Amino acid sequence: MTGTGTSDTGTSEPGTQVPVRKQGLTRRQKTAVSRGVQYAVFVAAVAALAVTADWDRLQNQFAQADLAERMFPEIITLALKNTVLYTVSGFVFGLVLGMVVALMRLSSVGPYRWVAGIYIEIFRGLPALLIFIFVGVAVPLAFPGTEIPGGTYGKVALALGLVSAAYMAETIRAGIQAVPKGQMEAARSLGFSHARAMVSIIIPQAFRIVIPPLTNELVLLFKDSSLVLFLGVTLEERELAKFGRDLASQTANSTPILVAGLCYLLVTVPLGFVVRRLEAKAGEATK
Amino acid sequence: MTRPEIQTKDLHKSFGDNEVLRGIDLEIGRGEVVCVIGPSGSGKSTLLRCVNLLEEPTKGQVFVGGTEITDPDVDIDAVRRRIGMVFQQFNLFPHLTVTENLTLPQRRVLKRDKAEAARVAAENLARVGLAEKADAYPSSLSGGQQQRVAIARALAMGPEVMLFDEPTSALDPELVGDVLAVMRMLADEGMTMMVVTHEMTFAREVADRVVFMDGGVIVEQGAPDQVIGSPSHERTRHFLSRLLDPARAEVEETADRAGKTE
Ligand SMILES: Nc1ncnc2c1ncn2[C@@H]1O[C@H](COP(=O)(O)OP(=O)(O)OP(=O)(O)O)[C@@H](O)[C@H]1O
Ligand SMILES: [Mg+2]
Repeated sequence: MTGTGTSDTGTSEPGTQVPVRKQGLTRRQKTAVSRGVQYAVFVAAVAALAVTADWDRLQNQFAQADLAERMFPEIITLALKNTVLYTVSGFVFGLVLGMVVALMRLSSVGPYRWVAGIYIEIFRGLPALLIFIFVGVAVPLAFPGTEIPGGTYGKVALALGLVSAAYMAETIRAGIQAVPKGQMEAARSLGFSHARAMVSIIIPQAFRIVIPPLTNELVLLFKDSSLVLFLGVTLEERELAKFGRDLASQTANSTPILVAGLCYLLVTVPLGFVVRRLEAKAGEATK
Repeated sequence: MTRPEIQTKDLHKSFGDNEVLRGIDLEIGRGEVVCVIGPSGSGKSTLLRCVNLLEEPTKGQVFVGGTEITDPDVDIDAVRRRIGMVFQQFNLFPHLTVTENLTLPQRRVLKRDKAEAARVAAENLARVGLAEKADAYPSSLSGGQQQRVAIARALAMGPEVMLFDEPTSALDPELVGDVLAVMRMLADEGMTMMVVTHEMTFAREVADRVVFMDGGVIVEQGAPDQVIGSPSHERTRHFLSRLLDPARAEVEETADRAGKTE
């Protein structure tokens, strides 16, 4: 019964097709028109910008060669170095904390799971700026006398670590869960304890999976390190954003901001390239 | 029979409402090779996984080498070192080379030193005929080679008992023979083995005993010639006829169903 039913609709299908009518534009014509319009808008916008912009003024504000020259080598030896230091210390702290939170999230002990879940929800939901203010202002007020070890570096590592740990915990948890169940079973059947199997077998495989997203997190942290601005730092502790801003206000010129920006891109663009390469490689490996 | 190497007493296992094992009493003596056969879903894997506690039995007891492993106070990791397990999907550690697959468990679990672990690894790779693949990664090996490495990995721990869960089911037909040859060698050396398999030739020639399971119980067991050659239960006959001649069995089954609907 059902067999004949389906074959009925099958044969009637060609009959219901509407005959092609030659009216309006063909698909090829439509594509051509659409592309033409897009190019026209683009050219018009670039032309409008070129005509309306005050080029002398812009060059004076953003591209004063002698001003830019004066920033070297300090912008590299001090500002970029500090930015990298802040980022790396925040990343390492965040990675360790994120690992712990991820393992708590996967624990069979309920309270661990809840604490980890609450931590993740809170720190993913708060602006990074607020956490910097919290570490810089609220903690010293609430616990007078206690010093965060490492001074500014310690504070930055703590603030950036707290922010990134929440993201990294979720990434690492997903990575651990992506390792096939058979791996844990094989390890257990060989006599590994659960903890030892995690450390020796599961986590090394999970890390391969999460290297691209963690590198991406490193790029985000690199940019977030500019929030150090709000901690109040000494001259020696300035990083790119603060360094650029100080010089810009001293000289009443925006060139330092542009140069600082280029320094960020010097690191973030290659890192972004690496992330895409890693992702492509990981994608190939899973095929 | 002296003290059995593996023994289950009134073993039950449920997943939620699904009672998969409904009272299994089984004894396997030292050096005995027992093949477990039965239709899909009959609980063969679950029984095997209960023997090394990868699944926790709902009720009943399991003894291995005289120790009750279902006793909550027993150190299960120590017990599992004496029980090797081979999986259908090999489950080699993909981030380690073949040699590292064999040495890491020895080093971490048995605390053997580097040199000794390497020596035992090389010895066992040679036993399964894969000495030349020592530095390869699992992904570069054929399924049959991976499974032999998995067997070598289990053997390197010096187990007293080996469990096999359909070790050749994921292999291309032409690779099955190499794995079965290794298992035959182990049987000849006197290893106590419990093998879930659909390879009836292997069961006939190598097994000391064949156990037929269906619906979570042991329906019948005995010498291979008896269980496979002249089964005494209708369920066994039905299963074997479908397994040995799938093409014919399908016709029978369709006819059967048509008969019921009329
Ligand atoms: N972890 C689990 N959770 C829930 N149900 C399970 C689990 N493992 C097995 N089962 C169920 O238990 C039953 C028996 O499964 P088992 O894997 O032991 O059968 P089997 O005899 O090995 O079959 P096959 O020949 O297909 O491997 C099946 O109905 C299966 O769905
Ligand atoms: Mg199975």
